[in-house]
Amino acid sequence: MSAEAAASELEAFEPESLRQRLKDNFRSGNLGSWPVIAALWIIVAVFWQTAPNFATPANFTNLITQMAGTCLLAYGVVFVLLIGEIDLSVAFVSGIAGVVAARLQDPTGADLPWYICIALALAATTAIGAFQGSIVALIGVPSFVVTLAGFEIWQGVIQEGVPGVIVIQDEMINNSSNYFFGNRAGWIMAGVISVSYVGGMVVAAISQRRHGIKLQYPTLWLLRLLVVPVISFVTIYILNKDRGVPFALLLVVGALVVWTFVAKKTKFGRHVYAVGGNAEAARRAGINVSRIRILVFMISGFMAGMGGIVLAARLNSVDLNAGGGTLLINAIAAAVIGGTSLFGGRGEVRNALIGATMISVVENGMFILGYSTGRIFIVTGLILLFAVTFDAVVRRRQIRAGR
Amino acid sequence: MAETPLLECRGIFKSFGSVQALTDVDFEVQAGEVMALVGDNGAGKTTLIKCIAGIHGMDHGEVFFDGRRVSIHGPKDAGQLGIEVVYQDLALCDNLDVVQNMYLGREANRFSILQEPPMEAKTRETLAGLRVTTIKSIRQAVATLSGGQRQSVAVARAVMWNSRLVILDEPTAALGVAQTEQVLALVRRLAEQGLGVVIISHNLHDVFETATRITVLRLGANVGVYERAACTQQEIVHAITAGTPTKVSGIPTTHGVHA
Repeated sequence: MSAEAAASELEAFEPESLRQRLKDNFRSGNLGSWPVIAALWIIVAVFWQTAPNFATPANFTNLITQMAGTCLLAYGVVFVLLIGEIDLSVAFVSGIAGVVAARLQDPTGADLPWYICIALALAATTAIGAFQGSIVALIGVPSFVVTLAGFEIWQGVIQEGVPGVIVIQDEMINNSSNYFFGNRAGWIMAGVISVSYVGGMVVAAISQRRHGIKLQYPTLWLLRLLVVPVISFVTIYILNKDRGVPFALLLVVGALVVWTFVAKKTKFGRHVYAVGGNAEAARRAGINVSRIRILVFMISGFMAGMGGIVLAARLNSVDLNAGGGTLLINAIAAAVIGGTSLFGGRGEVRNALIGATMISVVENGMFILGYSTGRIFIVTGLILLFAVTFDAVVRRRQIRAGR
Repeated sequence: MAETPLLECRGIFKSFGSVQALTDVDFEVQAGEVMALVGDNGAGKTTLIKCIAGIHGMDHGEVFFDGRRVSIHGPKDAGQLGIEVVYQDLALCDNLDVVQNMYLGREANRFSILQEPPMEAKTRETLAGLRVTTIKSIRQAVATLSGGQRQSVAVARAVMWNSRLVILDEPTAALGVAQTEQVLALVRRLAEQGLGVVIISHNLHDVFETATRITVLRLGANVGVYERAACTQQEIVHAITAGTPTKVSGIPTTHGVHA
C-alpha cells in the first residue's frame, strides 16, 4: 500500500462530530449516568423549594454521613453486577464486620487495639466473599442461591454472636463515622483532589498525543477537566459552614477513586467487564474466569466490611439488627439506580455514589416533609422499578442498533 | 507443490467414543493461499480445525508447521506457532469497544496498569492495514457494529498477533450481501499479505470467490484437493455429496482434478 493510500485510510477513522456522536448515543440509548443525574437535580430542586431546612449545610452533612455506609456497600455490589452476578448477603456480611470489630475492641473482653479490630473485621468479610465466590465460580451454583443462603447464615451468626448490644468504646473506630476535619484540612483535600485529577487528565492527553491520538472533543475535555475541581470546592465550602468534612466522606471518595482506577485502568478491571459481557469469549481469550469471579466476590465482601464498620461506628454500637432493615435493598438499589446493568458488563463504580445519593436525598427530603416510612418505601421502590425498566429498554435498543 | 507447506497434517485420526470423526485425513496450506475446507454436515471440518487449534487432541497423526514436526496440546501451543482461529460466534464482548476486544486477554500493561495509547495506535494501524475503514470510531462498543464490521474486528484480532495461519469458521454465515463481499475481500487480503488462510464454508459461491485450492472432506475422510481455477462448482458439489475417499494410505495428498 502506498503512503498516500495509508494516509487516506487513516483519515477514514476521523471521528464523527460531537453533535453526531451525542445523537448516536442518544438513539442507541448509550447515555451513561446522565438521566439519573438529571433526575437527581430535579428532585433536589423540588425539596429545595418545598422542604424547610433541606438545603442547609447541616442537612447536607447529615445526608453524607447517612449515605456513607450504604454507598460503601454499593461499590462492592457494582463489581458483582458487572460480572452478571448478584450478592444478597452484603448487608448481613457488613453486620458481621461490625460485630467482629465491636467484640474485639470490647474492653471487658478481647480488648485489642483499633487497627487490629478493623483489620480482622475486614479479613473476615473478605474471607466470606472468597468462600461464597468460590462456590459460585468453581462449583457453578447460581450466585442468587449462594448469597441467599449467606443472607440467612450471616444473619444467624449475628444473632448468635451479639448478646443484645455491644457498645463500641474505641474512639478510633467510632471516628470512621463521627470525626470531622477542620476547615483548613478540607480546603487542602479539595486542592489535592483537583490538582491530581487535572494533572492525571493532562498527562493522559500528552501520552495520547505522543502516540498520534488527538483529543476527540477538546471542548468536552475542558468541561470534564472543570467538573471535579468545581464539585470538590463547592462541597468543601458547604461542609465547612457546618462541622467540616466528615471522615466518612473521605472513605467514600477514597474508595470511589481506588475502585474506579481498578475497574477502568487495570487488567483486572478490563477482565471484569469482559466476563460480564461474554464469559465464553473471555475464557477463550485466556482469561481465568473463575479467578475473576472469586476476586469480585472478595471485593464485595471487603467493601461490605468497610461499610459495616462505618455503620456500626455511626451508632457507636452493634445490636441484633446489625445489617438488617433496608440496608441490603438500598445497597443493591443504589448500584442499579445509578445505572449499573443487572445483565452484566455495563456500569461504573461512580453509579453507586449517584444511586446512594438519590436514595438518601429522597428519604431525607420526604422525612423532612413528614411523610411516613411506608410512603418513602413506595417512592424508593418506584424509582428502582423505573431504573431497572430503563436499563432493560436501553439494552434492547443497543442490541437493535447493532444490527 | 514444490514449496514446503506452511501447515501440513498427515494421517489424522480422531474418534469420539465409538464415533470415528476423522479417518486418516491429510490437509495442507501454503503461505499466501486461501485453502477452503468444504464438506457436508458431519464431514469432520470442524473436528479437523479443532485438532489443529489444539482444542481436541488427535488420536493419531503428524502435524508439520514450516516443515517442522510440531505437537499441539492446547490452544496456547497453537497460538505460539501463530495459528489463530476465528470461530463462528466471533467470541467478542459486546460491551467492550473495538480496541478492548482486539486486546482481550493480552492487554498491554505495565505492572498490571493498562497502556491505552499504544493499544489504540496499534489497533488503528492494523485495521488500516487490512483496509477495514467502515468503522466510525475504534472506541465504540462492538454492540453498535454491523455483522460485517464485527467479523472484521474478529479477523483483525486474529491477524494482529503476528499470526501466520488464520482459520475462519463460516465467516459469512450470518451476513448480508454487501457485508459478505466486505469480509471476502478481507480474506483475500490476508492471503496477499502472505498469511496462510483456511476458510470453512457451506457457501460454494464464497469458496469460489476466495479460495486458491479446495479440500473436500466426506464422512471424516479425504475426497480430494482441487485447484479452484481448474474445477467447477458442479464437481465440488458432486465430491461433497457423493465423493469416494481417494487416498491411498501412506501417500500424501497432492492430487489434481478428479471427481
